[in-house]
Amino acid sequence: MQSFLTQTLVYLGAAVISVPIAKRLGLGSVLGYLIAGVLIGPYALSLVGAQADVMKFAEFGVVILLFLIGLEVRPSALWEMRKAIFGFGGAQVAGTSVAIAGVSMLLGLPWQTALAVGLVLAMSSTAIVLQTLDEKGLRQGPVGRAAFGILLLQDLAVIPMFALLPLLATVAPTTAASAEAHGASLVAHLPIWAQGLSVLAAVAAVVGGGRYLVRPLFRFIAESRLREIFTAAALLIVVGVASLMQTVGLSPALGAFLAGVVLAESEFRRELETDIEPFRGLLLGLFFITVGAGVDLPLIATQPLTLIGLVLGLMSLKFLVMLGLARLFGAPLRGAAAVATALAQGGEFAFVLLTFTVGAGVIGATLAALLTAAVAVSMALTPLAMILYERIAAAVDAAIPDVAPDTGAFDDSEPDIIIAGFGRFGQITGRLLTANGFRSTVLDSDIEQIDLLRRFGRRVHYGDATRMDLLRAAGIARARMLIVALDDREKTVELVETAREAFPDLVILARAWDRRHAYDLLAHGADAVERETFESALALGATALQKLGFRAHRAHRAASFFRRHDRRSFEELRPVWGQEEAYILASRDASKTMEKLLAADLARMRPGDGGGAWDTASLEQELRERAEREGAE
Amino acid sequence: MTTEANTGGPPPATSGVLLVLAHPALERSRANRAMAKAAKGLSCVTFRDLYETYPDFAVDIEAEQASLVAHDVIALQFPLYWYSTPALMKEWLDLVWLHGFAYGHDGVALKGKRLFVACTTGASAKAYHAQGYNRFSMDDFLRPLEQTAHLCGMTWETPFVVHGAAVKDDDALKAEAERYKARVASLLPAQQEV
Repeated sequence: MQSFLTQTLVYLGAAVISVPIAKRLGLGSVLGYLIAGVLIGPYALSLVGAQADVMKFAEFGVVILLFLIGLEVRPSALWEMRKAIFGFGGAQVAGTSVAIAGVSMLLGLPWQTALAVGLVLAMSSTAIVLQTLDEKGLRQGPVGRAAFGILLLQDLAVIPMFALLPLLATVAPTTAASAEAHGASLVAHLPIWAQGLSVLAAVAAVVGGGRYLVRPLFRFIAESRLREIFTAAALLIVVGVASLMQTVGLSPALGAFLAGVVLAESEFRRELETDIEPFRGLLLGLFFITVGAGVDLPLIATQPLTLIGLVLGLMSLKFLVMLGLARLFGAPLRGAAAVATALAQGGEFAFVLLTFTVGAGVIGATLAALLTAAVAVSMALTPLAMILYERIAAAVDAAIPDVAPDTGAFDDSEPDIIIAGFGRFGQITGRLLTANGFRSTVLDSDIEQIDLLRRFGRRVHYGDATRMDLLRAAGIARARMLIVALDDREKTVELVETAREAFPDLVILARAWDRRHAYDLLAHGADAVERETFESALALGATALQKLGFRAHRAHRAASFFRRHDRRSFEELRPVWGQEEAYILASRDASKTMEKLLAADLARMRPGDGGGAWDTASLEQELRERAEREGAE
Repeated sequence: MTTEANTGGPPPATSGVLLVLAHPALERSRANRAMAKAAKGLSCVTFRDLYETYPDFAVDIEAEQASLVAHDVIALQFPLYWYSTPALMKEWLDLVWLHGFAYGHDGVALKGKRLFVACTTGASAKAYHAQGYNRFSMDDFLRPLEQTAHLCGMTWETPFVVHGAAVKDDDALKAEAERYKARVASLLPAQQEV
C-alpha cells in the first residue's frame, strides 16, 4: 500500500500535467483527467493501486455536483421541468432499455439478461455529461436543461432497478454479493412498506431540515464570522444528506440534489456555491481519473474487436434513440443532436449495477467485465464525441439557420447593479436605485441585516463581498455597476482595486470614510466616491440654520454653497494627493480659502450687505433717489 | 385630479382662496411680508409659501394639484422680478399646471375657478406706462398669467398691484396690506369673511 502522500502526489501531479495540456489541445478537461487516469492506472504506468476505495471517495464529487446543481434550481423551476424530467427522461430510459435489450436478444442473450443489460446501459454519466456541457457552455441552455432532466430521472430510476433486477435472475443469486451491492442500506431487511416509509421520512427530513434547521445553523455560524467553519458546515450538510440517503437506500446524489433545491432560495446560496465549488472540481477530477484508471487495457488488447463493436454499438444506439425522442419532444435538430451526443455513454451507475447484477445472478461475470470496460471506454469517448459533434455542427451551421440560441439560465435575471455592503449606507443608495427600477443584487455579511431585508423580499446574499469569486457568482461580470458601501476602510479599497483590475469597464462607486479615504479610492480606480458623512452633516447643518431662524430656502442655499466650495476644494487638492507634505500645505491653504469663500457667501446672504442674492438695497437706493427727484419736479 | 373634475355628478366640495406666495428672501421683504401676514388672517385663506415649502425646488405635484382642485380662487402673490414671477413660482406653474390637468382636452380641473394675481414692484406706477422707463403697463406685463387663466377656463380677476414697494414707509405699507386683505376677502361671498 502506497502512502497517502505518494498517492496524492501521483493524482495531483497527473491532473496538473495532463489537464492543461488536454485543454490546450482542445480536448477539454474531462478528457485530460481520463487520459491522466489511464496513464497512471494499473494497466499502464501502474503508479496507483486498487481503484475501488478512491473511486468511492471520488464519487462524492458527483454528490457535490448534484448539490450545486440543486442550489441553482429553485423549486418552481423544478416544477416547470417536470415534463423534461418525467416525460423526456422516462421515455429515454424506457426507449434506450428496450432498444439495447432488443439488440442484445438478437445477439443471442436470453431475454432476462438482455433486459438487464438494457436497463444498466440506459444510464448515462451525470458527471461526464454535466462537466462536458459546462465546458461547452451548454449546461444553462435548453440542451443542458434537457440533459439534466434525463439525468435526474435516471438517478430516480436506479431505485426501482435495484428492486427489479434480481427478478431477472437466470441462475441462483449469490446473496452475499447482493447484500454488498445494496450498499450500506440499513433498512434493506425491513418489509417493503417500512422501507418506503423510511424513504419518505428521509426526504421529509431533508426538506424540513433545509427549511427550518439549516438556516438558523448557518446564521449562527455566519455570526461567528469564521469562513472555514462555514465551509465545513456546508460540506457537513452534503455529507450528512448523502449518508442519510444511503441509509434508506436512495441515491446520495439525488439526496444532495434535493438538499440543494431546498437551499436554493436561502440567503446562503451564493456563499455555499463558492465555498463548495473547489471540492466539486477536485473530486470530479479525481472521479474522472479513477474512471480512466479503470479502463481495462489488457481486456481491450485481448478482445479489441468485440469491445470496439460494443462501444460503437452502445453509443450509436443510445445516440439514435435519444435523437429520435428529442425530435419527438420538439427539440430542434441541432439541440437534439447535442443532447443525444452528450448522453450516449454508459454511466457510473452501470459500474454499481453491473456488480449488483452479477451478484444477483442476472448477468454473467465475463459479460459484466466486458460491459464495464465498454462503459468506461464510452465515458472516455464522450468528450471526443462532443468535439466531433461540434465539428459537424460547425460544418452544417449555414445549412440549418433555425438554431435555438443557448441563452436563458435557471437563475434569476442578471442584476444591473451589485451592492457590496447593505448597512446604513448601502440601504439608502440601494432603495433609491430600486425605487427607480434598477435591479440590484446585494451582498452583505451581517446576518441580521440580511434577515430583515429578505423579509421584504429583497435579493440579498450572505457573504464577504471582497471575495471576487462571490462577486462573480452574483453576476458582476454582466452588471453595469458595482457600488461598494462597506464600512471597512481597507476592504473598500481592496475591493475597488481588485474589481477595477478584473473589470476595466465596470462603473465603480464607493463609500468613502473621509477625504483621504476618498482620494485613496479614486487613486485605486473608483469612478466616483461619496464621503459617508458629508451630505448628512450638511443636511443637519441646513436644518440647524432653519431652526436658528433662516427661511428654508436660504438655509438650503447656504448648504448648497458650502457643498459647492467643498467639492471644489476636494477637486483642487486631488492632483497633489499622495505627496503628503504638499497635501498638508495645500490643505491648510484650502481651508483658509474655503473659510474666506464661505464667509463671503454668508455675508452676501445677510440682509443689508451689498451685492447678494435678491439684495435690493442698491436698487432701493436708486428708486428712492428717483422718487425724490420726481417729488421735487 | 382630472377624473375628479370630469365626473358628471355633483362638483367636488371646494371652498376658499388658495394663496400661493413666492418670495425667495421673504425675510428681507417688507411689502410682501406685510401683505401675506394680513391675508393669512382670513379664515377662508389657505396659505402656501413656496420657497419655504420647497427650498430645493422639488415641488410635490400631486399635493399641489390637490390644493388647486380644493379651492375656488387661486391667488398668486409675488414680487415682480424681471417683469415676471420669481423662479420657483414659474417652476411651480410648469410642474403643477400640467396638460391634462389644467388645460388641454381632458384638463378641466381648474375650469370655472378664478385666478387672482397680487404683485409688488420696485418702481413707481409712473414707470409702467408707454412714456415711463418700463415702457409697458402692468396689464401688459401680466399678460402671460392672464392668458394662462384663459387657457385653463378660469376667470381673470383684476390684479392687485403695489407699486414702489421699496420706497413706501411702514404706514403706507400697512395701509396697502389692509387694502389687500379686504380685496382677498371680497373674492368670496361675504359670510366667509372674518
